[in-house]
Amino acid sequence: MEEHIVIIGNGISGVTTARHIRKASDKKITIISAETDHFFSRTALMYIYMGHMKFDHTKPYEDYFWEKNRINLKRAFVEQVDHKNKQLILSGGDTISYDKLVLAVGSKPNKFGWPGQDLDGVMGMYHKQDLEKLEKYAPNNKICKRAVVVGGGLIGIEMAEMLRSRDIPVTFLVREDSFWNGVLPSHESAMISRHIKNHHIDLRLDVNLKEILADENGQARAVVIAETGEEIPCNVVGLTAGVSPNIDFLKDSGIELGRGIKVNQMLETNIKDIYAIGDCAEQHTGINGRRPIEAVWYTGRMMGESLAQTICGRPTIYNPGHWFNSAKFLDIEYQTYGWVFSDKRPPEHQELFHWKHEDDTKCITIATHKDSGKFLGINTFGIRMRHEIFDRWLTEERDTNYVVAHLVEANFDPEFFKHFEKDIQRAYNSQEVTA
Amino acid sequence: MALTGQPVSLNTTQKIGVLVGMTGLFILVLAMLGVNLGSNAVWLTISLSAIAGGIVIFSKGLYAHKLPGIKNDGVWFKSSSARGVIGWISGISLTGFYVILYFYAEVLGLGQGADGTNTGLVALFDPLSFFLKGSQASQWFMYGTLYTVLILAFGIKFMWKYKHNRYEQLRTASVMFFQTAFAFVLPELMARLNTNDFSLPYNDMKLMWPLNYYAFEQWRVDEFINAGNIGLFFLILGIVMIFVISPFLTYKYGKRWYCSWVCGCGGLAETAGDPYRHLSSKKMSAWKLERWMINVVLVFAVIFTTAVVSTYLGYDSEKYWFTKNTFLISGGAFLVIVFAAVAYWKRDQLKSDAFKGAVVSLVITLGFFVLLGFMDINNIKINASYFSFGLNTQEYGLSDGLRSFYGFGISSIFSGVIGTGFYPILGNRVWCRMGCPMAGILGIQQRLFSKFRITTNGGQCISCGNCSTHCEMGIDVRSYAQKGENIVRSSCVGCGVCSAVCPRGVLKLENDSLEGRINPTQVLLGNDVDLMDYVNNK
Repeated sequence: MEEHIVIIGNGISGVTTARHIRKASDKKITIISAETDHFFSRTALMYIYMGHMKFDHTKPYEDYFWEKNRINLKRAFVEQVDHKNKQLILSGGDTISYDKLVLAVGSKPNKFGWPGQDLDGVMGMYHKQDLEKLEKYAPNNKICKRAVVVGGGLIGIEMAEMLRSRDIPVTFLVREDSFWNGVLPSHESAMISRHIKNHHIDLRLDVNLKEILADENGQARAVVIAETGEEIPCNVVGLTAGVSPNIDFLKDSGIELGRGIKVNQMLETNIKDIYAIGDCAEQHTGINGRRPIEAVWYTGRMMGESLAQTICGRPTIYNPGHWFNSAKFLDIEYQTYGWVFSDKRPPEHQELFHWKHEDDTKCITIATHKDSGKFLGINTFGIRMRHEIFDRWLTEERDTNYVVAHLVEANFDPEFFKHFEKDIQRAYNSQEVTA
Repeated sequence: MALTGQPVSLNTTQKIGVLVGMTGLFILVLAMLGVNLGSNAVWLTISLSAIAGGIVIFSKGLYAHKLPGIKNDGVWFKSSSARGVIGWISGISLTGFYVILYFYAEVLGLGQGADGTNTGLVALFDPLSFFLKGSQASQWFMYGTLYTVLILAFGIKFMWKYKHNRYEQLRTASVMFFQTAFAFVLPELMARLNTNDFSLPYNDMKLMWPLNYYAFEQWRVDEFINAGNIGLFFLILGIVMIFVISPFLTYKYGKRWYCSWVCGCGGLAETAGDPYRHLSSKKMSAWKLERWMINVVLVFAVIFTTAVVSTYLGYDSEKYWFTKNTFLISGGAFLVIVFAAVAYWKRDQLKSDAFKGAVVSLVITLGFFVLLGFMDINNIKINASYFSFGLNTQEYGLSDGLRSFYGFGISSIFSGVIGTGFYPILGNRVWCRMGCPMAGILGIQQRLFSKFRITTNGGQCISCGNCSTHCEMGIDVRSYAQKGENIVRSSCVGCGVCSAVCPRGVLKLENDSLEGRINPTQVLLGNDVDLMDYVNNK
């Protein structure tokens, strides 16, 4: 009998694991999900609400794929992991036995105990069910006269964009004094803040949510701002103050938990034959300066690739390369390669060079090591860059002078787009002289 | 649960646009119904201006006040663009229009007046036709005029939609130019040169065989030859385009130089058809169907053209440079040499099914060549009513029959009625994808001999599916992007929309060296190199 690999979670991490195990072996594979029948791209949920895609388009594989590749899909909710008997207990009482178990259970939206956080019309934006709720409570601007989005991160700005696509007025509550400036250097954060306002989003900075008020039917009718006591009438509240590992069902399982499921670099938990990957996995210490928990699409994919090798008898450590990421803030694309830290809490050695285009939708920031002149990382907004080139430059430990001089090689904008390397170089050189 | 979103309603400017545009269309309907409007020149001007103006006003209402960016909000909610009631009504109306245009032009008033003058809708276009070419309008002149107006007006709309994207703007300006100058104004002006003893056939210089399937028919070749040096120039230009210019440009830039920068069919698809691009099927089954259909059409086009040419060479060869047999032998030899060269140098790039398909196509084609060499297949008579639902009851010789069947089945029904009429149902490129023999040839060149590819950007892909959804050719772009593979597909027309809609900057259309262009191994960055070795080796 082939070993039975059970994977809880049909997101990018779990599915990648399953695909690569299948490529390398004939093991029996079962993926369990309570959310959907088939794998879909979570990051694309917003486009369904905006009418760019239908749910089917967010599925990277056609439905026949799973049977063809002998990957069993089971729609169920796992209540408990019984590692002593190597079995899972499903809601409804059924059990499933496993030989090896992969926990790829993802995250859930943070809620910080705000009064009214569980009212109707209040939702995060993470699961497909959140999208269904939003569709129910905010189908148009007649039913939803205003929505309030709480939490100024990547999901928050996406949710604001979603609601605006249906002309629903949005108030966007952000705790910081500028959008996402715990991560972005201040001039970038300021530019994005202006862009948010240009999209007619009522951006409120330096504010916290105090409570959500209910109407007579138990649906949200207003939020109250902590600092001013102001009451903002609304029909929908989006809670987007980050996500955390979705691990409540593991509390008494004996699996070591921190904020997430504790794993080593082999992605093993403290219990033999149980692994954790993706958003829910927490490294004992961050790898290569990365955070212990990384809720990022590609790290989930990479953990899945590594773990599949381990499970198939080729022990492989999870060893992510240089940090990179990307996002889109309304119309402005953002990419980052290497480390650029916010100037709110800058590392001592970091020096930033900043260039911004006069149209206020394009800018770059380059981080340099103060002493050595070594290139540390780049943030780019509105200009696409080539991952491969920056990955190589980071590996080669190039200095920033080199990077700036060769910037055109890294440009990934479509053909005929205007180039800004000369402007950037001029700004960089003049700054060198005056510094 | 079904997710049923709602589109945002029309604003005042858009409503005015609809009103103006519909007024223009209404004038055309009145003319078609035979209502006497008075001066055709005045009413044609009003009608065309209103249609174009309405589209432009509508676009202004839709895009002018918005910040530059991707404008796909609600395309899956709108009845018109998501196969709703309006979508079906427009599909059926368009299809009906094409059926009338191709088969019942008299309904439009063609030659229905005294002494063969026009009445009704076609007559409305007479003043413009007299102005441009000095003779009365045909249904094709009417169609060409409307076609050009639509490409221009919807071209402006598209450029507005992509105000942040110079690639999209330049390519749209290019199709607008080629349609107006090469397909419309120049050929009509050239028709003015025709006298009793000098005449050139209608000649859209950018329209190549096999898209222009009648390019080498006897009447046309004769007219060119009889027109002296100018005629000869155009005839030779047509041949040079096929064998030199087009392969060279495709080598440098991919088939996009034609399909989405020059071609008229592509021009309409990219402008008026843009709202329907997401409707193309992305299923694996659709891709399989596409590979069969487009290549079968191509083989058919080669066979019937050869049959038609060899037939007139057979009884009239002293007029031309070739005899029937030299034509057949050189044609066959050319195909064999090309095939052998591909089979030898590109063998590692041909999957076994593609190779089998190519062998079968070659054998069938050569078989026909031999058949044509030994007999005059035009002596075999066929009654066309079996193939035309009774629309055509004439008897044809086999080679004329093949040509007529192609003209009817492929060119009229496929490219017109289905290709354009079904925009709102099957998407805007169904003809280009499934039926165009030109796209078939360019596709083979693009897959095997071109510097063009769509490059993916390391590990940035989040598999969201925007690229696949908005690919008008039904390519599952995401399936490549999420593996870090270059996209090298024969069907890609290089419209650039996948790259535009990608929220993470993953895709870029590029012309680069042939080496490493097709990279079937995964090269996702981010993970350490050893792991990728594992993944690729097994």
